[in-house]
Amino acid sequence: MKSGYTPYHPKWYRSRIPIFWWLRKPAYARFIVRELTSVPVAYAALLVLVEAGVVTRGPAAYAAFVTWLQQPMVVGLHVAVLVGAALHTITWLNLAPKALVVRAAGHRLPSAIVLAAHWAGWVAVTGLVGWLISRLP
Amino acid sequence: MRRSREPFLWALFSSGGMLAAMVLPVAIFMLWVAAPLGWIPLPSYAGLRAALAHPVVRLGLFGVVSLSLFHWAHRFRYTLYDGLQLYHLNKLIAVLTYGTAAALTLVAAYVFGSAG
Repeated sequence: MKSGYTPYHPKWYRSRIPIFWWLRKPAYARFIVRELTSVPVAYAALLVLVEAGVVTRGPAAYAAFVTWLQQPMVVGLHVAVLVGAALHTITWLNLAPKALVVRAAGHRLPSAIVLAAHWAGWVAVTGLVGWLISRLP
Repeated sequence: MRRSREPFLWALFSSGGMLAAMVLPVAIFMLWVAAPLGWIPLPSYAGLRAALAHPVVRLGLFGVVSLSLFHWAHRFRYTLYDGLQLYHLNKLIAVLTYGTAAALTLVAAYVFGSAG
């Protein structure tokens, strides 16, 4: 990828691409939405960090954090974050067969199997993490 | 950004994407939607404190936080780069996105290192 400054060159023709080029086709818009699911992912990661910091600071800080969590606006925000994270999971796992070529006995493993294995892994991890969270006293 | 760093950054992006895809939806739903709404009991302070006392839990949470942030940095960088056509700001965008992820990784190392 070239990142340096390119001098003006009158013989080159480059059509200018509008900033909102990705609104022209649904597939382009879906691509940008998929990339932007990284924002709710980053938010959730930050909130894990914040919650751990709050718990480290003591019971009063945690009580205030819980009060904040229960505000309707905040719950609404977190529902939106959940939708974004779920979209990330769906698009990420569905792309796995394209990103990961598994060869077994000289043949390429069918993408349906790679896909099913990833979703089975997701079910297992979700069950494990959910079980761990539900066991918190 | 030199070309040679690209595979390393891609590995962070990829492992963060996989980790986030696996663990985040259930955690967000249970901790920040279902529990605040009263569908399931909220974890108590003592419960979370005891969980954080476990080094494996702290290490796992550190990995989730840091790799998810590097996943964001990589995707957000190229969304700005391609989506908004900010070719001339390529270096600045890279410094800001990966820099944010690296700085927050240091914060996470401090928080999870001292949470025990």
